Amino acid sequence: MAQLTDAEKRQLALTANRLRGHVIRMVAAAGSGHPGGALGLADLMTALYFRVLRQDPKKPDWPERDRLILSNGHVCPIRYAAMAEAGYFPVDELMTLRKFGTRLQGHPERERLPGVETTSGPLGAGLAQSCGLAYAAHLDKAAWRTYCVVSDGEHDAGLHWESVLFAGARRLANLTLFVDRNNIQLDGPTETIMPLEPLADKYRAFNWNVLEIDGHDFDAIFAAIETAQSTADRPTVVVCRTVPGKGVSFMENDYRWHGQAPNAEQEAAALKELKEIAAKLASV
Amino acid sequence: MTDALLKPVPLAKENQSPKATRDGFGEGVVLAARENPAVLAACADVTESVRLDAFKKEFPDRFVQLGVHEQFLVAFGAGLALAGKKAFVAAYATFSPGRAWEQVRTNVCLNEADVVIVGAHAGVTVGADGATHQAIEDIATMRVLPKMRVVVPCDALEARKATLAVARITGQSYLRLGREKQPIITAEETPFEIGRANVMRDGTDCAIVACGLMVGQALKAAEELATEGVSCLVINMHTVKPLDTATLLAAARLCSCVVTAEEHLVAGGLGSSVAEALAKESPAPQEFVGIQDRYGESGTAAELIEACGLGVSHVKAAVKKVVSRKKA
Repeated sequence: MAQLTDAEKRQLALTANRLRGHVIRMVAAAGSGHPGGALGLADLMTALYFRVLRQDPKKPDWPERDRLILSNGHVCPIRYAAMAEAGYFPVDELMTLRKFGTRLQGHPERERLPGVETTSGPLGAGLAQSCGLAYAAHLDKAAWRTYCVVSDGEHDAGLHWESVLFAGARRLANLTLFVDRNNIQLDGPTETIMPLEPLADKYRAFNWNVLEIDGHDFDAIFAAIETAQSTADRPTVVVCRTVPGKGVSFMENDYRWHGQAPNAEQEAAALKELKEIAAKLASV
Repeated sequence: MTDALLKPVPLAKENQSPKATRDGFGEGVVLAARENPAVLAACADVTESVRLDAFKKEFPDRFVQLGVHEQFLVAFGAGLALAGKKAFVAAYATFSPGRAWEQVRTNVCLNEADVVIVGAHAGVTVGADGATHQAIEDIATMRVLPKMRVVVPCDALEARKATLAVARITGQSYLRLGREKQPIITAEETPFEIGRANVMRDGTDCAIVACGLMVGQALKAAEELATEGVSCLVINMHTVKPLDTATLLAAARLCSCVVTAEEHLVAGGLGSSVAEALAKESPAPQEFVGIQDRYGESGTAAELIEACGLGVSHVKAAVKKVVSRKKA
């Protein structure tokens, strides 16, 4: 990947800003959902869907596509928003989130929405399935890669560590894991509920290539992915330090927004802030 | 129509040396891999016990050792399937599906992933290992899952055919296997079709519906009861789900009473499944041969069969009781 120009970065930031607006409107209309993690992952999802993943929104079953497994399924509004903007389905459909008959289930379902790759929500199982995908691709000498996004809170689950052990032992170099290190989970701060630090050292001990980045810095995201792609002897984990609720001041770093929808007043305030950020980006 | 449904299938004519259903699986999964290059097998540190050693030898690249990781085993298998593979994931039934039930639900069933969950060492006939290693609730926990098939072969030969059958259809299946050697009661020419029960013996007084090793027990009971003037029809309900209700109802209507027999808790298993179907369509007196509300324990297979109420005498008693209820 060539170095990004400032104009390209600004464009990506504007896209991420638009996705954040979708998330706020979707969750507010649904009356329930998880805005905190979704807003925090907007930059990573933008990078993946608009620069990294080899996919064709018109052919979601293309066998050679890169796979993106979203383990922390509760943040699906941001994935849905990115998919809609990328052309998988009409943007208008986003507002059906969590409503009866929708393809955009409260937690994503593979059989309902093409391109979702796997049904998720129950935490800890995404990396295990990613290991299966990466192992099959390795066996077939296929060129496609497997990317997996997990939350930090789901590191509490034993199944996740079974998968970390396997991927490290079998040197699944075609597998890249992004950890959304936003330090919150449903009941409170991760380091209060069940401390994870030193998290990077844990992965090193399991024989992973470990990178730590600012999860809102596009240059850092692309540099990490390039390193992962050129690492041939082990899987790479990118610990992305993110701000939950990013872009909406009253949601940032407050665990109470992990799983709560904004009311109409809060929705308006959030959209106003995002609009101001977009205006600032556009005026540069 | 009824006559055709209740026509007995050909069975083994001569005695063969006994074999375990896990042995039949071991043969079947190799045959499946030979005919389909997408077949992979993964195992959680029990390769020889689940009889995947021959597969591993012939297809070393298509065998994946995962270690003591049953939840990972199932979720990993789902991942293989999402990449286009046909995944057989094998462990002891107490641990997979036992420990991995939610992964079976979410990663396999909700994804409609092409995965066969192979639960070995099911039932109390595992013997000496004791209750921790005797899966007696797995039929119940698998059959309640939408889209899951549940197959319980009655002998090694049927297990081989069942393995090939689930390999040839897409979607998720649970294959239940036993550890102990059992008599071979079917023959090469005995048909095997998922969802199509086999009538093993003609009869008119009572229909015995059995699966797994209880099919053999039912046939022995029927033979002894015949000398006492009670005529039993014996059905091998090798597919607990989807249940062959057509054959079941034909038999229930002909005999007007039913005994179910399974090496499983009476709660939630084959007996429950049969009762659900009969209650809806054609209520008939039913007795349940199976493990009552208890766990197993250490002992020989023969001792545990008696202790858990799975003996030939238990089947006979159930038949006599249900026939008397019918007349009452």
